Amino acid sequence: MKQQAKPFFDAATVPDDLCPIATKASPMLPGDWRSMRPVVDRDKCVKCAVCWLYCPVQCIVEKPAWFDISLTTCKGCGICAEECPHRAITMIAESA
Amino acid sequence: MSAVLKAKPKVIVCDGNEAAAWGVSLARVDMVAVYPITPQSSLVEYLAKFIADGRLDAQLVDVEGEHSVLSVLQGGVLAGARTYTATCGPGLAFMFEPYLRTPGMRLPIVMSIVTRDTLTPQSVWGGHQDAMSVREVGWIQMYCETVQEVLDTVVMAYRIAEHRDVMLPVNVCHDGNYLSYGAARVELPDQADVDAFLGDKDVNWHVALDPDRPMGVDPLTGGSGGPGPRMFVRYRKGQCSGMQHALRVIDEVHRDWRRHVGRWHAPVIEQYGMDGAAFAVMTIGSMTGAAKDAVDEAREAGVPVGLVKVKTFRPFPVQAVAAALANVNAVGVVDRSVDFGWNCGPLYHDVLGALYQLGRGVPSTSFIGGLAGADITVEHFHRVIDETRSLLDGAPSGRTVWLNEAD
Repeated sequence: MKQQAKPFFDAATVPDDLCPIATKASPMLPGDWRSMRPVVDRDKCVKCAVCWLYCPVQCIVEKPAWFDISLTTCKGCGICAEECPHRAITMIAESA
Repeated sequence: MSAVLKAKPKVIVCDGNEAAAWGVSLARVDMVAVYPITPQSSLVEYLAKFIADGRLDAQLVDVEGEHSVLSVLQGGVLAGARTYTATCGPGLAFMFEPYLRTPGMRLPIVMSIVTRDTLTPQSVWGGHQDAMSVREVGWIQMYCETVQEVLDTVVMAYRIAEHRDVMLPVNVCHDGNYLSYGAARVELPDQADVDAFLGDKDVNWHVALDPDRPMGVDPLTGGSGGPGPRMFVRYRKGQCSGMQHALRVIDEVHRDWRRHVGRWHAPVIEQYGMDGAAFAVMTIGSMTGAAKDAVDEAREAGVPVGLVKVKTFRPFPVQAVAAALANVNAVGVVDRSVDFGWNCGPLYHDVLGALYQLGRGVPSTSFIGGLAGADITVEHFHRVIDETRSLLDGAPSGRTVWLNEAD
């Protein structure tokens, strides 16, 4: 199903000293402040999907023979590497 | 007053916990989340019964504790519901994190505090220490004197909380034991009168969880750079002005209640026998009944004493209290809780600030009584009157007297 974005609420219609609200989407993505990145060893990956189940930001993407990581949304938490039963994912430092 | 003669109201006999549940029912609340805790528990049972009997068409949310109670209600308000809960003592303590957040989000939630003294020493009995401990969080706090006032104030609290100049949560405080379990004659307002009085609910026009008007609710605001500091100050000042508006709105709403329902309660403070009073006694909550009896007896004996009761404690009615005390030469303030920082009662502490507005030194004494369910009797109030009167003859000001110390 295609998702349709609704326009943000017009904050100018309410007093600006009540509850703080945000009506602009931040351009920042989780990948923008990552310090470690996961790397998948395609030979070891058996597509068991444990990483897909555990990923808190749902950045695991399915490839024909392995699971890969979308690095725009991956925040580098390392849960996938910790949980992978086949040790197919390693975390490496982002270069400065 | 309305010129139309109203039908005789339905009269019941009930305690303060049932009266609060009647108020919730009459206010047509949509969503209730409550966790039982003494002395509030029977209030939960009355609400559950009213919902099960179909008298109140509300969703009763079963949650695992008070932290979830208030968190669930925050979501409910953001989705457009009129909400209610009640707690006290340790339950209020467990609720503290969402309790802190509610006024800043300007959510018009109404919550009864069936006041209970705080641990430790272990106690399940009445006392204002729980409500007084959260007096600076930003909730409006009104303290009831009678069972009837509990019912009426719960309904009025919705008009106050949802007023667009206020938009703040309200605590309706009623004394554990003395009001929670004390049964009295209560007049049930007519539902049509309450409907006309309350009007349509208006809870999430300023912030909402609504797919049709997407917004981020309560994002990080503040910090030391960019627009953060001035934004934070703006929201804090907004909260403060909402509180100050509440003093006017509370007065208006009580007048409107009299117009629709025909019953009057002093909205902010009540002055009793203050005409020609040389000195005053101040009270808060259910102790006021005994205080009024003592003042009547003292007046008959020629003692020039009057009484000032505080109903609205937050926001504190500085100007009203100062005006009420403008012509007295001594004040005795009776608290049912302790201000640990000042070694006196918290109401006394605030009254000192109001007296400062007068620009003259008025001798005063702090009385602390009724802790953990102890009774404050007419005899205690005669002692309060005698001790306060002694200030006129030069007794030292600023003392703290513990009323039940020798009981």
